[in-house]
Amino acid sequence: MAFTATSESQALLTPALGDDEVLRIRNDFPILSRSMGGHPLIYLDSGATSQNPISVIEAEQEFYEQRNAAVHRGAHLLAVEATESFEDARETLAAFLGAGVDEIIWTSNATEGLNLLSYSFLNSSLPGAGATAARFALGAGDEIVVTEMEHHANLIPWQQLAERTGATLRFIPVDDAGVLDLEAAAGIINAATRVLAFSHASNVLGTINPVKTLVAMARQVGALTVLDACQSAPHLPLDVKDLGVDFAVISGHKMLGPTGIGVLYGRSELLNAMPPFLTGGSMITTVTMERAAFLPSPQRFEAGTQKVSQAIALAAAANYLTETGMGRIHAWESLLGQRLVEGLASIPGIRVLGPAPGQDRIGLASFDVAGVHAHDVGQFLDSKGIAVRVGHHCAQPLHRRLGLTATTRASTYLYNTTSDVDAFLAAVAEVRAYFGA
Amino acid sequence: MSLEQLYQQIILEHAKLRTGSGLAEIPVPAGSSSGQSHQLNPVCGDEITVRVAVSEGKVAQLRWDGAGCSISMASASVLADLAEGMEVGSFTKVIDNFREVLRSRGKLAADPEILGDASAFEGVSKYAARVKCAMISWVAAEDALAQALAPSPAAP
Repeated sequence: MAFTATSESQALLTPALGDDEVLRIRNDFPILSRSMGGHPLIYLDSGATSQNPISVIEAEQEFYEQRNAAVHRGAHLLAVEATESFEDARETLAAFLGAGVDEIIWTSNATEGLNLLSYSFLNSSLPGAGATAARFALGAGDEIVVTEMEHHANLIPWQQLAERTGATLRFIPVDDAGVLDLEAAAGIINAATRVLAFSHASNVLGTINPVKTLVAMARQVGALTVLDACQSAPHLPLDVKDLGVDFAVISGHKMLGPTGIGVLYGRSELLNAMPPFLTGGSMITTVTMERAAFLPSPQRFEAGTQKVSQAIALAAAANYLTETGMGRIHAWESLLGQRLVEGLASIPGIRVLGPAPGQDRIGLASFDVAGVHAHDVGQFLDSKGIAVRVGHHCAQPLHRRLGLTATTRASTYLYNTTSDVDAFLAAVAEVRAYFGA
Repeated sequence: MSLEQLYQQIILEHAKLRTGSGLAEIPVPAGSSSGQSHQLNPVCGDEITVRVAVSEGKVAQLRWDGAGCSISMASASVLADLAEGMEVGSFTKVIDNFREVLRSRGKLAADPEILGDASAFEGVSKYAARVKCAMISWVAAEDALAQALAPSPAAP
């Protein structure tokens, strides 16, 4: 069977937001009217953390002012209201991702979601884990496959799992253009593959990976699929059932929500067969001094006091995105992404990573400036009120593959205008002269 | 604070000069004892290796290899200029003073009598994220110096 990458992008099917609309959206984000050292803030670091609309900030405040109580315990009305708000938030996120309500597990962040999976698989691999956990058990001869473009969060938990179970970690290489080598993938994903973990969109390259193609490869060999959707769920329409992945993680603060909250999606059948990761209160049925029986998903994976206000605020963020329209957001950011990559590519001495102009990418671009270190580029931009990310973006192996140690990244969101991008490009064009490069 | 106060001309010049860079090309002076230290900044991936050779109580040579931003490269270059020929005791005091100024968040002014060209880095102290860039070669030099001064292991 031959595997070819097909475009799963919806960008061209939906009309984009317009500049006027984006100007209205900006009014919902108080921080965007800040001035930085005398310059209006041009925020191009949403790939690291996004800003919050007033509705998200108010949702968290309203919870603490009106509904704060312990959830899933207590007989008083306040506790009931708190629990309802908390579970309503779960429903909102389930709808946002196209999942069932019992398939949404709150985590502190996407990193915790990925660790939850790797530790649960590790627990499955220990003696006495039981028959239902056997499908997640790993040992010598088993293989875990990731890609060369992974964020450290979707690499190190799998490295650790491989080391502890005796399984082998393999990776799908990236070509010079920042695209996964699918021909190589077809050989690397084989009968020994038990887990395939990969990102939907690269936080460095902006590449959108062919999820369905990779899922088909994994299914053919019976491997579980784990999708890092941190850079996709905030920016494009995403339906986990349509994509067919077994697990997915998202990060709240990258999608207009607060920090300290993320979501792990898992197919209900799998979650209910997996041993828990964290154990303690709120995740049990019957407890004796010797042993405990566990609740089904999602409570099975939600030991201890939960991130209640954060979950409620994240639901407000998901509502904000849904009301604006994920398809339109994606279409707008695709335009911004193209404007970024075309503009950067036309500046002498700039090497843009990832897909070439005209090819699919999310609304971000990372680049190297000949003769100027990324930290100096970032400092120069900062002096003009332009916030970007510099460094290895938690992807050292990818940078090494591309022969770099640090790059500069501009990442957009629904509140960025074309003039943000143009101001950024004009500033980048001055960088080499300033540093005498 | 303006960008020019951070990137003073002397820093931009030293970032290009890279005085003392190139470890392998220049051997340690005969009769000196030397130490070498490699330091990494995990935030940005910058790294530097500094070798310090000591002879008759003085820094006989300071050489380095590294890759990093203009602040870190300029800082290593200025350090190499400053260190060679200095009494070991004075060198230690200069390192301590440089660290104190850099960590002061802009509260301490650099004394050119003590720090020479390294005074140009006083503006860095107001940029918390960049202090490590300026310090990394000095930390490596301090470690390399300690190794150079450590009693050599007894012959078996």
